[in-house]
Amino acid sequence: MLLLNASGCLDALTAADTARSLDAFVTKTVTPEPREGSAPVRIAETEFGMLNAIGLANLGRDRFVAETLPEIARVVGRPVWVSVGGFCVQDYVETCEQLARDDVACIELNLSCPNVDEAPESASEIVAACREVAATPLYAKLSPHAWDIGETVRAIEAAGADGISLVNTLRGVALDARLRPTLARVTGGYSGPALKPVALAAVYAARRVTGLPIVGMGGVQTGRDALEMIACGATHVALGTVLFADPDAPTRVRTELSDEATRAGFATPASAYGAALESVAKMAN
Amino acid sequence: MSRSARERRSVVAVEPVGPYALVRVERGRIDPGTPGQFFMLEAPGRVLPRPMSLCLAPRGELAFLLDPVGPGTQALAELEPGDAINVFGPLGNGFRLDVPRPLLVGGGVGIAPLPYLSEALEHPPAILGFRSAHHAEAAALLPNAEVVIDPVFVTEVLPAGRDVLACGPEPMLEAVRALAPEAQLAWEAPMACGYGACYGCVVEIDGELKRLCVEGPVLCSS
Repeated sequence: MLLLNASGCLDALTAADTARSLDAFVTKTVTPEPREGSAPVRIAETEFGMLNAIGLANLGRDRFVAETLPEIARVVGRPVWVSVGGFCVQDYVETCEQLARDDVACIELNLSCPNVDEAPESASEIVAACREVAATPLYAKLSPHAWDIGETVRAIEAAGADGISLVNTLRGVALDARLRPTLARVTGGYSGPALKPVALAAVYAARRVTGLPIVGMGGVQTGRDALEMIACGATHVALGTVLFADPDAPTRVRTELSDEATRAGFATPASAYGAALESVAKMAN
Repeated sequence: MSRSARERRSVVAVEPVGPYALVRVERGRIDPGTPGQFFMLEAPGRVLPRPMSLCLAPRGELAFLLDPVGPGTQALAELEPGDAINVFGPLGNGFRLDVPRPLLVGGGVGIAPLPYLSEALEHPPAILGFRSAHHAEAAALLPNAEVVIDPVFVTEVLPAGRDVLACGPEPMLEAVRALAPEAQLAWEAPMACGYGACYGCVVEIDGELKRLCVEGPVLCSS
């Protein structure tokens, strides 16, 4: 089991210690052109989570590959996963070509940012096109909005993905005291504790249809949350919003995870893998 | 540069200062940092901590002035002595202190970093603006302060030829900047993390987006 950060929730260059406390570091999403991102206000706390509308602010892939990536690899000293975003299939393909480098351990295709317009092609078309050019392991990060996530996961596996990342944020709106949208972009990605049951359902549904590795994320704040992801079939677990409140979360969650596994009657966290699906299967028999 | 740390600290007291609350926590080994730097304070029951600049650093303590207007600041204002919260800091860039003729300018709860700054600069003159006499009770936190109350604005009594160090609402900072282009200004924005992770706290300054937590919160406008 690898403990990762969710893309967008950590900058290794301003928080190297936190990045080094993970098993692998996932970059913010890189797009073909530089993006300044959304106008402020970009974040809003809600009762049980938060909204963000950062808008994939990044320097663009040329500067990312030339400047940011080597610096991240040097500072982190851990495998680096690069999150790739785009607005059409060609965007993804060309960035994947540029990322055929020793310092990229994995490419996570961000197919689900709620804060930018989606590419017109389907997730599986993008994965298939990237697979043709990329020898690097390819993960597809999906939205929790899909009604039948199993169907999407099957198509993505057939297109040649090496793994699935579940889930991105849910689209949401927050209003201020005078009932105006808090975020300048009006809608944002909803994350935090409220997202956990949604993420567990998505991981569970995906695990029922695929043997591919799954990175489970969404509302993981504690070792118990991480253990629940594993029980629903996550191979790896990523931390998102919790990193904003607690830069020491990776170390804490790892410690809690072992204790929580014991408490739930499992020798190790890994032995709880798929436990939720097995218990359902047993009941069915 | 001061090294930031995240540690659990006991609340010593929460004192009313006019409509505001002064939250005093045990300092332990936490570095108070330079004036204008800030700390992320855990707001009990909330998902995100709240950024607060250090107001005062009495012996063995860190003190933060806040206006309990939202759920996070209200949770902080309702802390009881002995409660413990996570304190993470100091963060960001504070004021440059190498100024020959300092003048502190503050508005409302934006005066928060000025008492600690005043101490560091050996109590230079200050001009503080408030919306009411009740709010103006907070002026007692720093000596040598001239107080103006709405409808009088700080910019109406701002002398020329001083090195201005200011913190307050955005319109006040913009007005101060128009009169004193070299001023050091402490800005504010909603923040999720405080350490450069979320990219949430950008503000547009001179057409450029700045991440306040790592490039600010104190920015020199020229």
